[in-house]
Amino acid sequence: MNFNSYSTEGFFDELFDANGQPRQGAAILIERINNLPKMDLIRRQKAAETAMMNLGITFAVYGDEQGAEKIIPFDIIPRVIESKDWEKIEAGLKQRVMALNLFIDDIYHDQKILRDKIIPAEVVTSASSFRKQCIGLDPPKGIWCHITGTDLVRGSDGEFYVLEDNMRCPSGVSYVLENRQILKRTFPRVFEASRVRPVDDYANRLGQTLQYLAPESISDPKVVVLTPGTYNSAYFEHSYLAQQMGVELVEGRDLVIHDGFVMMRTTRGLARVDVIYRRIDDDFIDPLTFREDSMLGVPGLIDVYRAGRVALANAPGTGVADDKVIYAYVPDMIKYYLNEDAILPNVPTYLCWRDKDRQHVLENLEQLVVKAANESGGYGMLIGPASTKQERDDFAAKIRATPRNYIAQPVVSLSRVPVVAGDQFEGRHVDLRPYILYGKDVYVLPGGLTRVALRKGSLVVNSSQGGGSKDTWVIQDHADSPSQSQDQSQDHASNQSNQSNQSNQSQSFT
Amino acid sequence: MLSRVADSIYWMSRYIERAENTARFVDVVRHLVLDLPDQVSNQWESLIMATGDNELFEERYGDSNEAIETNVIKFLTFDRENPNSIFSCLWSARENARSVREAISSEMWEQINRSYLMVKDPQAKDRVDNDPAAFFSHFKKACHLFLGVTDATMTHGEGWHFGRMGRLLERADKTSRLIDVKYFVLLPRIDYVGSPYDSLQWTALLKSLSAFEMYRKKHHDIVPKRVAEFLILDRQFPRSLHYCLIKAEESLHAITGSPAGTFSNLAEQHIGRLGAEIDYAEIQEILDSGLHEYLDAFQLRLNNIGDAIVDSFFAALPTTS
Repeated sequence: MNFNSYSTEGFFDELFDANGQPRQGAAILIERINNLPKMDLIRRQKAAETAMMNLGITFAVYGDEQGAEKIIPFDIIPRVIESKDWEKIEAGLKQRVMALNLFIDDIYHDQKILRDKIIPAEVVTSASSFRKQCIGLDPPKGIWCHITGTDLVRGSDGEFYVLEDNMRCPSGVSYVLENRQILKRTFPRVFEASRVRPVDDYANRLGQTLQYLAPESISDPKVVVLTPGTYNSAYFEHSYLAQQMGVELVEGRDLVIHDGFVMMRTTRGLARVDVIYRRIDDDFIDPLTFREDSMLGVPGLIDVYRAGRVALANAPGTGVADDKVIYAYVPDMIKYYLNEDAILPNVPTYLCWRDKDRQHVLENLEQLVVKAANESGGYGMLIGPASTKQERDDFAAKIRATPRNYIAQPVVSLSRVPVVAGDQFEGRHVDLRPYILYGKDVYVLPGGLTRVALRKGSLVVNSSQGGGSKDTWVIQDHADSPSQSQDQSQDHASNQSNQSNQSNQSQSFT
Repeated sequence: MLSRVADSIYWMSRYIERAENTARFVDVVRHLVLDLPDQVSNQWESLIMATGDNELFEERYGDSNEAIETNVIKFLTFDRENPNSIFSCLWSARENARSVREAISSEMWEQINRSYLMVKDPQAKDRVDNDPAAFFSHFKKACHLFLGVTDATMTHGEGWHFGRMGRLLERADKTSRLIDVKYFVLLPRIDYVGSPYDSLQWTALLKSLSAFEMYRKKHHDIVPKRVAEFLILDRQFPRSLHYCLIKAEESLHAITGSPAGTFSNLAEQHIGRLGAEIDYAEIQEILDSGLHEYLDAFQLRLNNIGDAIVDSFFAALPTTS
């Protein structure tokens, strides 16, 4: 198998330029793959899949009585991001997360941005993820969104655009870490020579971010991960992160409020918990404050939180920033709170509650992607060019009935990467979800989850809709130290990679 | 440690041990069948009696026309409706492991997962039909690998002790039942006692418990009384009842921190009493009172210990300490 007959078919390709030449960071990888013995790559792909099965990196197939399990589809050709592209992404995400944090804090306090009429007040108060119970909450250190997984897409112009901000419980980072382990085994020599920035530090950083939230009087804070349980589709990730951080993984039934503190039930009695990384949505976390029919949460948790005796990550109420109408105002927020221009642009968005936008959307349904304002996972979505007349009529009716709930965007021609399809390479569309931690400072994991639409021609990358994943390689800057100018070291011979891989890492991006 | 996590580690460990012993059950009967003349080969029924699952077996296979051997192996290996089949045990062990993946080592999880996939493999049924000895021996090795990985990769702290306690209580129960297979096999033909078959059967029993060579080193000749003594009272052989009790009690005290010879909860009291009795027991007394009766009573007392452990650590909501 080689790339000789591979065609980018006019799409922006992450590994090849418009002339079909390998991009700089991908050159070593492409050369190596081209020189592999016939069938070797397929053998490696199979070995990677077997490894995932043995490690139990699987999800349960719902409704299957035989207990069938599948691995998350995984493609062994990595996606490569060059350092100059990454620098922009990193700066853009830091800026965006800081502005969104200020926005959430403002919304649950003075609502200055509404009073200054930057965002219409009704847009915020009508968002279904706006939690009035959170008004006046003061999260530790003023941080609301400790863990964010922003979805980016790359258009035919080669620009990265923000598609969604996931500020509730973004998942997928465990696949980033596991994919990397498997790729290191699959392409050890290319990996070494390509100067890929490491991601293994994530669990450590996450642990530090969580510890930072504990009351300062506590010298050795007890951090736990709260999961809905083994039947949750992201359970693997919950247990993986707890394991990697070396903290307890708890379920709601393990926790109890006692004497004004959150306690967990242990074999030696009750033990206090200081920080909870909760992977349960706001709605289910405390039946006394939010949904009273929730069996997953801890009754009374929010009262303890309000009293500052336990920290939650993310803070309750952050989901308001995930609303797709509010998303459209993020560039305005960046200007308002930071007095800066957005580094990463949004995808142009029509808001159906505006009469003019709605009219345009209704007249151009066939060319647009319509999304429900508060859905995720690829649900509640109309892809105009791929839709039937009936589907468009249904959506038109929904938009007229509740215009606030719908937005529309032009179809982004998502960039592609080669995947192994049968015995050849074919291009498939991808997005990118980097992970951002907001603790003492803001940290962006170099890489992220590349989701790939494995069906030919499909633009939907969600795992619930037939998407798979790939490892994401962010290539180290050529310079040996940040003080050195970048263009001094054109030479990036592989024998330099080892040491610079280590030394450059901590300096250039903290 | 979380009560729920301790509970899951304890049961994970018990289920793996149970699955391994089911493989040993099948093994002992296969050896017996090979060694005995046709007319005395109702061993497969005896086997089901000894496992204590005879009612369920009757219900599931009473009307079947297949050979009893086929049905017994199916029942004990792959039957999802039999909670003690190898498949069911591994499924339960894996579900328990899955809920405490962060508390055990990745190596342990991977090994449990591999064993489960081995039994779940659609081709496993053919492998059992074609070469049962190879399958069961491979499976036992997978269980031993889990044990070795557990010892070598998990901190020998509270969780490890819960695991070891569960494993050894399960093993004591299953060893006592395996010894009892001998009783059920002989039951209809009491005149076989002392015959050449008798010695063959005791040998088969020792082999199925991986005890043959260790027994030989100690006693050389196969003498029924000595075999029973070895499997019940030996302090050092890792599958004997006595050894299992000593180590389970050690783990229990490591968990609670109370000194040996004292007790701080019902589980410790029960296990201490049973341990003290077996410390000073004589094989002749046991045989005089009836081996089967002795084993029966022993199993009941193990059950009481198990219940007390659940009450002391998992079920009751602990109060603030």
